Amino acid sequence: MVNPSTIATEKIWEILNQVTDPEVPVLTITDLGIVRDVRFLPYPPLGDGGIEIIITPTYTGCPAMDMIAMNIKLALIENGYSNIKITSVLAPAWTTDWMTEEGKRKLKEYGIAAPNKNFDIPVDGVECPLCNSTNTKLLSEFGSTACKALYQCQDCKEPFDYFKCH
Amino acid sequence: MDNFLVDYTLHLADSTLILAQRNAEWCGHGPILEQDIAITNISLDLIGQSRNFYQYAANLIGGDVTEDSLAYLRTEREFKNCLLVELPNGDWGQTILRQFFFSTYQYLLYQQLQNSNDAQLAAIATKALKEVTYHVRWSSEWIIRLGDGTDESHNRMLAAIDELWRYTGEMFMPADYEKKIDIDFEKIKIDWQLKITSVLDEATLAFPPFEGKGAIFMQAGGKTGVHTEYLGFILTELQYLQRTYPGAEW
Repeated sequence: MVNPSTIATEKIWEILNQVTDPEVPVLTITDLGIVRDVRFLPYPPLGDGGIEIIITPTYTGCPAMDMIAMNIKLALIENGYSNIKITSVLAPAWTTDWMTEEGKRKLKEYGIAAPNKNFDIPVDGVECPLCNSTNTKLLSEFGSTACKALYQCQDCKEPFDYFKCH
Repeated sequence: MDNFLVDYTLHLADSTLILAQRNAEWCGHGPILEQDIAITNISLDLIGQSRNFYQYAANLIGGDVTEDSLAYLRTEREFKNCLLVELPNGDWGQTILRQFFFSTYQYLLYQQLQNSNDAQLAAIATKALKEVTYHVRWSSEWIIRLGDGTDESHNRMLAAIDELWRYTGEMFMPADYEKKIDIDFEKIKIDWQLKITSVLDEATLAFPPFEGKGAIFMQAGGKTGVHTEYLGFILTELQYLQRTYPGAEW
């Protein structure tokens, strides 16, 4: 028999799968591995019920985190849930290893090179997301946001962001 | 409540906040767009760290205290940041040198702090260490580029060393509240000196000896609230809105 709370949890995960990252809107927060857990809080007298969503920031100073927390709340409210608590935890620290393969594919389609273990330290040669050339040059370790580095492809000449390993 | 832990957490928070504020002054003024973005991204990382430390401190203190009240409503003498981070930006070289000195210190400090018995400080340090690693590499590369660059850039870096050197010693002089935290400051100091020596040597930049003849007297006081005249001006700008319109939000 399937535990009813498992079904309820899965429903919430389905909603969370629709919440996107404000800075990289092709990625959902679950693609990124930002959501760590979904918990049902105890009902009275032990607690006041509700749902707790545990999230972790990608970067310490990521300005999108407040917006992500708000978007999670809004998505759940739209789907009829109430009494939602968002808890941000720091440990274990987020890593790009938690990004799903689906997420990496979507990033590339969007024109951002996905994190690659061979480029733990950003150096020339990250594969161009547009023409797949590895004849690329690192322009700056800090790209349009703190989590990305700026590159330029030497073949198709297109500048692109690389999502740094973290 | 453990007072030393509150003071120590505030010290970490204040140093990162004030350096973030200083770096943010470069916003729109960087030498080229990519580096303008880099220095302000570093600023953002530091603000993130300071928020984590302030939130933790607020939690330890309890009551009505919040991260905002700690950042916006404390006076100059209550701030516990190192003197180094409150100094004016000077030119790009001086800003880079300060970042290099401080990031290297942070890197070594957080390496120890990630094994702290205090779970929250350990979590914040573990998270921040990844970012600080970038800051150290980025600033090191600039030191080498400028030091081993033109006569002009070389001389400006020497002037920056002259200006900042006497404020570096304070980082390794533990205040009373730091003595109760399990941090080996002597190890941080030795490793810091090794790293600074290797990068400045590669940058062909001369610097004063760390000890003995020719060693420079080190200024201190920031950790216990005795600051340079500059901090007051920083706080005036930083705290203006909340002081004038208490509780303002937008």
